[in-house]
Amino acid sequence: MARTRRMRYSGGDATFMVTTYILLAVFTLSVLYPLIFVVSASVSSADALTRGEVWFWPVGVNVDAYAEVLGSPRLVRGFLNSVLYTVLGSAIGTFLTLLAGYVLSRDDLPFRRILMFFFLIPFLFSAGIIPTYMIVNALGLMDSIWAVVLPGVLNVFNMIITMTFYRLNIPKEMLEAAQVDGATDFRFFFRMAIPLSKPIIAVNVLFYAITQWNSWFNALLYLSDDTLFPLQLVLRDILTQSQVDPSMIGGDVSELIRRKELFDKLKYALIVVAMIPPMIAYPFVQKHFTKGALIGSLK
Amino acid sequence: MTSPTTTAPPASRGRAPEPVSRRPARKHQHPLGLRLKRSWRLYVLLLPPFVYGILFMWAPLYGLQMAFKDFSVALGINGSPWAGLKYIEQFVSSFQFGTVIRNSLVLNFYELIALFPLPIILALLLNVVRNMKFKRTVQMITYAPYFISTVVVVGIIIMLFSPSGGIVNQVIVGLGGQPTDFLSSEFFRHTYVWSGAWQTLGYSAIIYLAALAGIDPQLHEAAKVDGASIVRRIWHIDIPGILPVMVTLLILNMGSMLSVGFEKVLLMQTPLNLNVSEVIDTYSYNVAFASSIPQYSYAAAIGLFKSVIAVIMLVMANWLARRVAKTSLF
Repeated sequence: MARTRRMRYSGGDATFMVTTYILLAVFTLSVLYPLIFVVSASVSSADALTRGEVWFWPVGVNVDAYAEVLGSPRLVRGFLNSVLYTVLGSAIGTFLTLLAGYVLSRDDLPFRRILMFFFLIPFLFSAGIIPTYMIVNALGLMDSIWAVVLPGVLNVFNMIITMTFYRLNIPKEMLEAAQVDGATDFRFFFRMAIPLSKPIIAVNVLFYAITQWNSWFNALLYLSDDTLFPLQLVLRDILTQSQVDPSMIGGDVSELIRRKELFDKLKYALIVVAMIPPMIAYPFVQKHFTKGALIGSLK
Repeated sequence: MTSPTTTAPPASRGRAPEPVSRRPARKHQHPLGLRLKRSWRLYVLLLPPFVYGILFMWAPLYGLQMAFKDFSVALGINGSPWAGLKYIEQFVSSFQFGTVIRNSLVLNFYELIALFPLPIILALLLNVVRNMKFKRTVQMITYAPYFISTVVVVGIIIMLFSPSGGIVNQVIVGLGGQPTDFLSSEFFRHTYVWSGAWQTLGYSAIIYLAALAGIDPQLHEAAKVDGASIVRRIWHIDIPGILPVMVTLLILNMGSMLSVGFEKVLLMQTPLNLNVSEVIDTYSYNVAFASSIPQYSYAAAIGLFKSVIAVIMLVMANWLARRVAKTSLF
């Protein structure tokens, strides 16, 4: 293969191409390595991990850390909460975004520019954490799932992408033809625009789902009831604050030491578990995300 | 950014502005009353996002007045007495002011300088690769970390770079070095920026790859016939071709400059690196929520200060882009 390339490229170009391939390969491996290491560490034996024998492939494979993770009520509940918030967040976010995106894409909408600024101004000039916190408090949403889901669920950037999508994909002639046939705006939106919106619905659902799945800060601010905590907030306590749930560490001392050795390994297993849902979604979403980025780049 | 109006032609051109309206002619065929009556259904459709905008986007902006009030939880935003610029002054004259502003600017400029050109380079290199299998593999792998949450990324950093037994320090010690605390004041900025590179480079490159795919292949063919090398074609065809996208993203980056990474900074913050990791947002958060006596008005004033600077930077970047690159956002 190298030979055919050398035949096609001149001297300088061949050097450039070889350098390019090497650079890209090195970069790709450096992105991949931490992920492989984390997975290997999570299934290696705790002893091998403590002695630093794990470099790349797992040593002394076992899955007891995963058993531990699945056996922890706190983590399982966090996982289920996250699923709920993700479903709610992506449904509400997509619904609001499609409505706003479609309506604002209509040239014949009176006060269109003013309405556009209605959404753009808070997007460019954000009030910040404290006033938002006060409003969520004033609305009586504290310590409810809505405090996690609602603030920030409509992303103005997505709205603009969606608006651009409708501009490009729903020709004016189509609307005019429908209007001649007596279709109302409701009918046109639900019967014609929505069925043509599959790609942009996919982009929105995926974007909102990923954002909601990965978010933790709203939960930190607005929740005190830990049975409502999403997975990321539980993970934050364990991974970055090193707070160990007492229920995870048993009573007697020898058990405690064994568990402590297990704790590092447990963290690796947690990281892997937290990465699984986005990674499962990833192959499906990649194509759509690229499409979304493309539409967005057109402004 | 969606309005059809662009900048007015410079006066120096000395031509009268063209009377032609940019708007489609049929828009003015009907009086406003009739258009409103015809469009009521559109307003109904817009109602849910509009209500959302009032509650979660505009109400906080209204609540921002607490930065100028002696806010008390009992009296609420409306009932609290006015305090004038007291809290803004308190922030500007506080001993933390210099540190916090410097940390915010240094962290964000470092990130911008390091992370703005790299996705462009990655995209340009990927664009010349002709082996599709290789290209797809590189893209798929480098894109993946974008989907990992900030909490998990910081978790990975803490685990892998831990001074006690992290794999990176094992290598350093194995090579005869001293164990290094990568979250210490000395290394915090580098760890923050380069872990960000690990996470986002592949994703950020996509938009440039899309722009590169839009470049007319005939330009490349013609240059090839003229004997231009790959490097020359990148320089004279690819880079000018993606310049508008580069400028747009640069302006957007400038606008969000002071807010990006707040969550990650907060996660990576330890008492030991506070002198370099305390940025405007974390300071505001800590003043309001992490201290024993919450100072909401002071914290809101700090947040307001940041938003004002952010908008000024956005407008400046936009102005600069219009002058230099003839492209602008608005």
